[in-house]
Amino acid sequence: MDTVSKIKNMVPQVRRDIVRMVHAVQSGHPGGSLGCTEFLCTLYGGIMKHHPEKWDMDGKDQDVFFLSNGHISPVFYSVLARSGYFPVSELATFRKLNTRLQGHPTTHEGLEGIRMASGSLGQGLSVSIGVALAKKLNNDNRHVYVLMGDGEIQEGQVWEAAMFAAAKKVDNIIATIDVNGQQIDGSTAQVLNSGDWGSKWEAFGWIVLTMNGNDVDDILKTMQEAKEKSGQGKPVVILMKTEMGNGVDFMMHSHKWHGVAPNDEQLATALAQNEATLGDY
Amino acid sequence: MKKYTYTEKKDTRSGFGAGLSQLGKENENVVALCADLTGSLKMDAFAKDHPERFIQVGIAEANMMGIAAGLTIGGKIPFTGTFANFSTGRVYDQIRQSIAYSDKNVKICASHAGLTLGEDGATHQILEDIGLMRMLPGMVVINPCDFNQTKAATLAIAKHHGPVYLRFGRPSVPNFTPADQQFEIGKAVMLNEGTDVTIIATGHLVWKAIEAGEQLSAKGISAEIINIHTIKPIDEEAILKSVAKTKCVVTCEEHNRFGGLGDAVAQVIIKSNPVPQEYVAVNDSFGESGTPDQLMTKYGLDTINIVEAAEKVLKRK
Repeated sequence: MDTVSKIKNMVPQVRRDIVRMVHAVQSGHPGGSLGCTEFLCTLYGGIMKHHPEKWDMDGKDQDVFFLSNGHISPVFYSVLARSGYFPVSELATFRKLNTRLQGHPTTHEGLEGIRMASGSLGQGLSVSIGVALAKKLNNDNRHVYVLMGDGEIQEGQVWEAAMFAAAKKVDNIIATIDVNGQQIDGSTAQVLNSGDWGSKWEAFGWIVLTMNGNDVDDILKTMQEAKEKSGQGKPVVILMKTEMGNGVDFMMHSHKWHGVAPNDEQLATALAQNEATLGDY
Repeated sequence: MKKYTYTEKKDTRSGFGAGLSQLGKENENVVALCADLTGSLKMDAFAKDHPERFIQVGIAEANMMGIAAGLTIGGKIPFTGTFANFSTGRVYDQIRQSIAYSDKNVKICASHAGLTLGEDGATHQILEDIGLMRMLPGMVVINPCDFNQTKAATLAIAKHHGPVYLRFGRPSVPNFTPADQQFEIGKAVMLNEGTDVTIIATGHLVWKAIEAGEQLSAKGISAEIINIHTIKPIDEEAILKSVAKTKCVVTCEEHNRFGGLGDAVAQVIIKSNPVPQEYVAVNDSFGESGTPDQLMTKYGLDTINIVEAAEKVLKRK
């Protein structure tokens, strides 16, 4: 199977993992997780150079990824496990007492693949910049990837970081913003209408790209473009349009499934829409 | 009473600057970050000698803490520098999540702590920082007493793996600790052995505790004086050994009476050997503008306050 086929084959399985994990403990965040499934599958399966079998915190000479919007931990955990960072069976412990798969990601439990706690929003870009600077000091030419939510960038720290990265030419960082237009209290336009994000990031000195985050081919193409545009004195941000709840029809087109777990019947419906391509945990 | 002398007064922040400068030459993994207060933090020498390892972040302390956390991934040892207020209260959640909970090897170096920054007033005079930092699991909290000890502490924390809060200040204070004294994290320094009352002090209050010990000695009271530079982890053994002998204690700190050294000592003695304790600390208030000396007097942090607290606690034995 070629890389693209492998990524596309992984997507429905990760969706199954997400809804099963959240259903099992009747808590967690399925909507954003499902929306970012194609992105994380593609990033780990087709973009990043990384070594799950030789995990270490520093990640020298590897690409590293940071999830700033930590509440979409289900998709992160599933993709890490399916990429070989830890046993897939451990997904069954999600959010349970004594688990390494905490509600929001943490380094505290020693889970392979996690380099930073996240959950309190707005911190991941700063951390990623620090990692990117360390890579430059270490003459390590790999990239630092970070994902943020579009609601999350209402946090002021994001803009401190945005200003810094451009001013200091941190050009080995590729940020992605999950533009699903939803947050807990409603649409981002209703909660805090922030206008044109692209012109804001451009004004801050970033190279701005856009892509369809639910289209593996477009993700591959745009991420490749992002890599080509990096290293030229400017950080790169990708505005990634996604559909929250993508792949589970009744979870789409609404903010309702941001942090709500499906019941038994809804789980069955969701699973019927996504084939167990790699085998359930 | 053992006699302590000094040849000059120096600011503790300059001890930090000297230590950081030495570290820059000795350890290429040491990286310094500053939020537009390079001169105030005495980080100029490091910035000049190692421009590639000095990161000016501008007035953006939250971002600075996050960048520092990230720099540890890749093996760097970041030292952040800004005022104590902006090093703690302003960025508590960034420290909590990105540094402490994430187990990152960041050294949070904070100047202008307490009342003694003087005229800038209460917005800049944090008196709650020791408490804030003590409450974070895994955080080491250090408040050295003079230039030499601050320099030694700066060198020592680079060798400790884990988050550290290093607190120091702006005023010139007697530089009396030996320049070659090793700094051992978590180990109290016995300054004077005595039998009647234990005086435990930290930071700028250590010299005042020595002065108080001399005055008490003149009154026939034998004070045991201990410099607790590391408030977390605190030297329980030294505290318990001393109060077992003196059966009373005075704690002295340039901090609110809530959450600081006094509470840390109280937690040690109540579980093993409860003895009367008096606090020399700010009485649950903010500071204000004034000269450092005026403020220390007004807020009850002078030598005389330590003497009076010792006499009071002796009566409670």
